[in-house]
Amino acid sequence: MAYALQQLINGISLGMIYGLIAVGYTMVYGIIGMINFAHGDIFMIGAFLSLIGLTVLGGVGIVSVPIALVVVLVVAAAITALYGWTVERVAYRPLRGSFRLAPLISAIGMSIVLQNFVQVSQGARDLNLQPMIRGGVSLMDEGGFVVQLSWMQVMISATTLVILAVFTWLVTRTRLGRAMRACEQDLKMASLLGIDTDRTISITFVIGAALATVAGMLFLLYYGSINFFIGFSAGIKAFTAAVLGGIGSLPGAVLGGLAIGLIESLWSGYASVPYKNVAAFSVLAIVLVFMPSGLLGRADIEKV
Amino acid sequence: MTAGAPALRTALRDAALSALVAFGLFVALIGLKLVPTDQGMTLQTRPWALAAIVVAVFVGRLALLGWRAWRPPGTAAPGRIAEGLTHAGRLVGPVFLLAALTLPLYGGRYMIDVGILVLTYVMLGWGLNIVVGLAGLLDLGYVAFYAVGAYSYALMAATFHLGFWTALPIAGLLAACWGVMLGFPVLRLRGDYLAIVTLAFGEIIRVVLINWTTLTGGPNGISDIPRPTLFGLRFVGSGDPDTFASFFHLEYSVTQRFVFLYYVILALALLTNWVSLRLRRLPLGRAWEALREDEIACRALGINVTITKLTAFAMGALFGGLAGAFFATRQGFVSPESFTFIESALVLSIVVLGGLGSQLGVALAALVMIGGSELFRDFDEYRMLIFGLALVIMMVLRPRGLIAGRTPSVALGKRREIAAELVAQGRG
Repeated sequence: MAYALQQLINGISLGMIYGLIAVGYTMVYGIIGMINFAHGDIFMIGAFLSLIGLTVLGGVGIVSVPIALVVVLVVAAAITALYGWTVERVAYRPLRGSFRLAPLISAIGMSIVLQNFVQVSQGARDLNLQPMIRGGVSLMDEGGFVVQLSWMQVMISATTLVILAVFTWLVTRTRLGRAMRACEQDLKMASLLGIDTDRTISITFVIGAALATVAGMLFLLYYGSINFFIGFSAGIKAFTAAVLGGIGSLPGAVLGGLAIGLIESLWSGYASVPYKNVAAFSVLAIVLVFMPSGLLGRADIEKV
Repeated sequence: MTAGAPALRTALRDAALSALVAFGLFVALIGLKLVPTDQGMTLQTRPWALAAIVVAVFVGRLALLGWRAWRPPGTAAPGRIAEGLTHAGRLVGPVFLLAALTLPLYGGRYMIDVGILVLTYVMLGWGLNIVVGLAGLLDLGYVAFYAVGAYSYALMAATFHLGFWTALPIAGLLAACWGVMLGFPVLRLRGDYLAIVTLAFGEIIRVVLINWTTLTGGPNGISDIPRPTLFGLRFVGSGDPDTFASFFHLEYSVTQRFVFLYYVILALALLTNWVSLRLRRLPLGRAWEALREDEIACRALGINVTITKLTAFAMGALFGGLAGAFFATRQGFVSPESFTFIESALVLSIVVLGGLGSQLGVALAALVMIGGSELFRDFDEYRMLIFGLALVIMMVLRPRGLIAGRTPSVALGKRREIAAELVAQGRG
């Protein structure tokens, strides 16, 4: 019981990070119907920028952890947002309205570019960060097995929930959110009704990149070790989460993220660590066989 | 030109803005470098690299704007070249074939080696073309079948001591079986759902290869895979009567084996091409293309969609498996590292860049991509970076691929080129 609870806590923390990345995938997919393969690498760049920022602040002597984290997060999110904007502008916008495989290949190319750019500029080694947020609470003690809920895990869940709340407000209550939802339903009609679709799409990429940066920073703080390749596996997992939840659906992305996180940590805890990805991907395949549009996705009805 | 000055001012402002964006992008990642030390991290500054890249972006943007403003109206140059290629297809194909057949006569050992690599990807491209280009099913996990073929051959050769020519078809058939097996659960999925599940299958196979140590040797892979023989004649320099060199009374040279491997893969690739060209004329091949154009119409016309999709997966997997077996015998060694997602992405980009469904286009794209990235072998660190950039640029310039138009497989009366815009890409 205690062991299960611990795995549950770990799984939820991991799932929150996947959920944050998955929101970026699902938003872009919802609006322009393409898999933004470079999104995982934007997450990786966010993690690198956070590490650089924390090192800079450490160098100039800012010791207060909350201030350092907030400052670094804002700056890193701004720079990654610029990455998101540039990627869309350079690699995807020229292919708008083209057939669907061209943006996919362009996105794969962009992902390779970002990954190798970081490898060339920052090296291929693992970079480590000293734990910044230590301690936690013991929830339960069962025959010597102590269930730990670390402050870090609390922070992951709290940050994710706050960010998602803000984001939900943005999408459901603001003018921009209305424009985004309109574009999602029908891009051409939205532009006829006076919505600047190019701008809305750009903003979608910017927001997605900023959310990925939050995920990247949390990942860095939680695991304490990053390299240029983390974007690939996290990206694939987050995309799996988005598809599992029903691509295009925001609550679905978070639900899918939590599901993938839980499957991974429970499988690692009870079966075998090396096969955790196999478990996650198998669940995806099985769910899609029975629910071809994911858990919360709309059925894809084709009109003739 | 009276409009010159304001135009120049706009261009300069645009370029300055690009430079500013570049500064924002690169200030942290190029301007600063993280260096791990015992105490944690320190930073190294690289102001000159940052300045250089910002200036490069400024100049590059200005040059691009200038070129756009001054270039003669009409189709862009890359477009014209590709149009030309499309029409000269009848001529270009045989010329390429002749060049490929005679390569060992004029190419050195390095050329032959690159030729083997390019042809392997040509074969993979033609194999995946059946799935993506003809049937319109987006498969992001093609490397799975390549891996199955390679490991099947490696295991058969290592465990049962089967020769290359016996094991090759078996490896192909096993891969085809896997194609059907993986095809079954995804029959109902469409578009990107299909893409992600095939990607997941590719990853699952790789993870299993890494972790099932007792069977696959784990990350170390399987080594000492026997080389192929020519009717039992081996390509070694031992001087035994059953070696190629002594049988034909030749002086042994290592190039002989490379030439032999080259012709093996050329034959396999041509087989793939021939089979897919022939299949396109069968009802089955027509059903594939019909499926790509419109699945609902297909069903309405009584085409069995299940069988059609599964055969496409199986045929694609078969050729992937054959190429995998060849890869294993060429390397003499297989390990999971060779079967990552990037391989699937590479083959898919060759198919898309070639112009989905065009046999010649795929071959050209493989030559450009693989041969091109060989040119940058000396810049190992930057090779993938350049490769990714090339992928983006080529896609932006030619979203429909190098050879976009298509000749119909079946036509009433005169066979006319179909414009790329009229060919559907499939939603499956």
